[in-house]
Amino acid sequence: MFKHIMVPVDLAHAGQLDKALSCAADLAKLYGAEVTYVAVTAATPGSVAHNPKEFAEKLDAFAAEQAKTHGISASAHAVTSHDPRVDLDPTLLKVVTDTGADLVVMGSHVPNITDYIWPSNGGTIAGHAKVTVMVVR
Amino acid sequence: MAETNNDQGIPEPEGVSEVIDTEYEIGQDNIETQIGPFGLDIHNPVFLISGLSIMLFVFYALALPEQAASIFGWLRPWLTQTFDFFFLGAANIFVIFCLLLIVLPLGKVRLGGEDATPDYSYIGWFAMLFAAGMGIGLMFYGVSEPMSHFSTSLGGIVVGEDGARTDWAPLGAAAGNEAESIRLGMAATIFHWGLHPWAIYAVVALALALFSYNKGLPLTIRSAFYPILGERVWGWWGHVIDIMAVFATLFGLATSLGFGATQANAGLNELFGVPVGSGTEVILISAITAVALISVVRGLDGGVKVLSEINMGLAFLLLAFVLIVGPTLAILTGFADSLMAYVTYLPALSNPIGREDANFSQGWTGFYWAWWISWSPFVGMFIARVSRGRTVREFVICVLLIPSLVCVLWMSVFGGTAIQQYVQDGVTTVQDASLELKLFKMLAELPLASITSFVGIILVVVFFVTSSDSGSLVIDTITAGGKVDAPVPQRVFWCVFEGAVAIALLLGGGLASLQAMVISTGLPFTVILLLMCYSIWRGLVAERKQG
Repeated sequence: MFKHIMVPVDLAHAGQLDKALSCAADLAKLYGAEVTYVAVTAATPGSVAHNPKEFAEKLDAFAAEQAKTHGISASAHAVTSHDPRVDLDPTLLKVVTDTGADLVVMGSHVPNITDYIWPSNGGTIAGHAKVTVMVVR
Repeated sequence: MAETNNDQGIPEPEGVSEVIDTEYEIGQDNIETQIGPFGLDIHNPVFLISGLSIMLFVFYALALPEQAASIFGWLRPWLTQTFDFFFLGAANIFVIFCLLLIVLPLGKVRLGGEDATPDYSYIGWFAMLFAAGMGIGLMFYGVSEPMSHFSTSLGGIVVGEDGARTDWAPLGAAAGNEAESIRLGMAATIFHWGLHPWAIYAVVALALALFSYNKGLPLTIRSAFYPILGERVWGWWGHVIDIMAVFATLFGLATSLGFGATQANAGLNELFGVPVGSGTEVILISAITAVALISVVRGLDGGVKVLSEINMGLAFLLLAFVLIVGPTLAILTGFADSLMAYVTYLPALSNPIGREDANFSQGWTGFYWAWWISWSPFVGMFIARVSRGRTVREFVICVLLIPSLVCVLWMSVFGGTAIQQYVQDGVTTVQDASLELKLFKMLAELPLASITSFVGIILVVVFFVTSSDSGSLVIDTITAGGKVDAPVPQRVFWCVFEGAVAIALLLGGGLASLQAMVISTGLPFTVILLLMCYSIWRGLVAERKQG
């Protein structure tokens, strides 16, 4: 049913993603799909890495670890952005097209009052992506 | 392996660069929490202390306005009079330092590593650094400053009863000599808007870009002090530096916004008969803050860059219009003359000691240098944010030489036209008008005045917006410990806070005293900038050794 699953991850808060990650892994095993982990960074040093290159290496390591833990085939796709907090949604939507993924699995918080002003990333992707999106709350 | 994708993936490997090995993890001192529905990611204690001390100073200025006015009203002139040699000397060092970086092999170092590619095109980059740096000043002083130096020079030297000069003319003035007064007036103006201010910005911007993009330290002011303070930079030394930067940036922006609203109000009154009063001014500040808010929420590319480019386009149109319908030939020869005059008078104007023109060198130059320096953490950090991928040489040429040339052109066109109107046609309306109206009085003498004046007002407002939005991003980054991806409500907070401080000071009085206080921060920042030169040097040498 699905061949290529895209999983956006926030490496700084990977601990909060367990539910989405195992859900994606289960689906990958069920359909024999490949998983691509996607993360967005700024070019400036951040809490995860000192520069975009180091960030990409950490994401690679993360993907490799997921592949090993869950026994799936996984790759990584890191993207730099000038203003990641604001550009995250359009960047992720573009990656959906670029990677040719046919399913997006992403974690999201339970909506609260601020979602009326700033919709969650999961909500926005689900609203705009052309492929199936599963938002894990 | 990570997929590399040229248009939006990770840039190619960054090449050799000397990442500083520190135990410090960016964000380790941050508090990540949830207040009501809003997520926060703020540096402890920089965010809290900055916010609280700003509020304390606002309360102080509002509660004891006379005391605040007398303290800061005394402090600012005292500093520029006592330390004028220090400001002038330091600014000269910054210019020489930057020029050296252009010619020395150190200029080959690339910000972001050997193989990094520029984040922005020349146009976008240039528009942003100009709009943040001095756009608004050009609107107000482009006509008035050349006029003022021209008039005082023409007036000649006036000596008071105590034997001291009471005139404000630069150097030895040029009593009665119209041609020489124009040359001296233009040279003095360009001196204040040319190489020196841009060298000040370039030093801060280069230090931050180098230590962030090449050395992997967080994008905050303190990072530039790593070579001097070592690991201590993450403690109170660093907190104090960052807090001072936030303080100077917020008050600098808020007081300019307050004064700017008064000035824009006067312009609107002149053009459209809009009533002058605090009601209109509060509406103006709110409107400017609202547009800035939209801009920061749309982000660096979708908001700040777009507005800066619109601004550049409009400013260029106005410049071209005045150039074409004004005395074109006189302006063009004036441009060349002004440039020559600047070069000729530069050594005398920048001489830090033994000046005979104390009023000018302390009241104008000293004031300007303190002013530019107090703005430098904000403008420098913003320039750093958008300059990744340039070589040091390219960076210094584009931040130092090109903006200086644009300022010469701007001053020649706007100031030159006003001076021509006075010299050729005997028009004195510009001379008689108050500061905020001079631009409009000059435009009124040209055709299509109602259209160009309207464009002028729009430019004034949009230049305020582009300072306000980039300033909010800078303060947000510093108070988030160098993280550029802190939650959006934080930048919204700083943007609104800045507008609120401006309104409070406008209504309660205290704009002038707090602006004087901001300029006073120029003194400690001058020391900070001198140390930054040393850090840059050390950092670049280490970088070259790696390569």
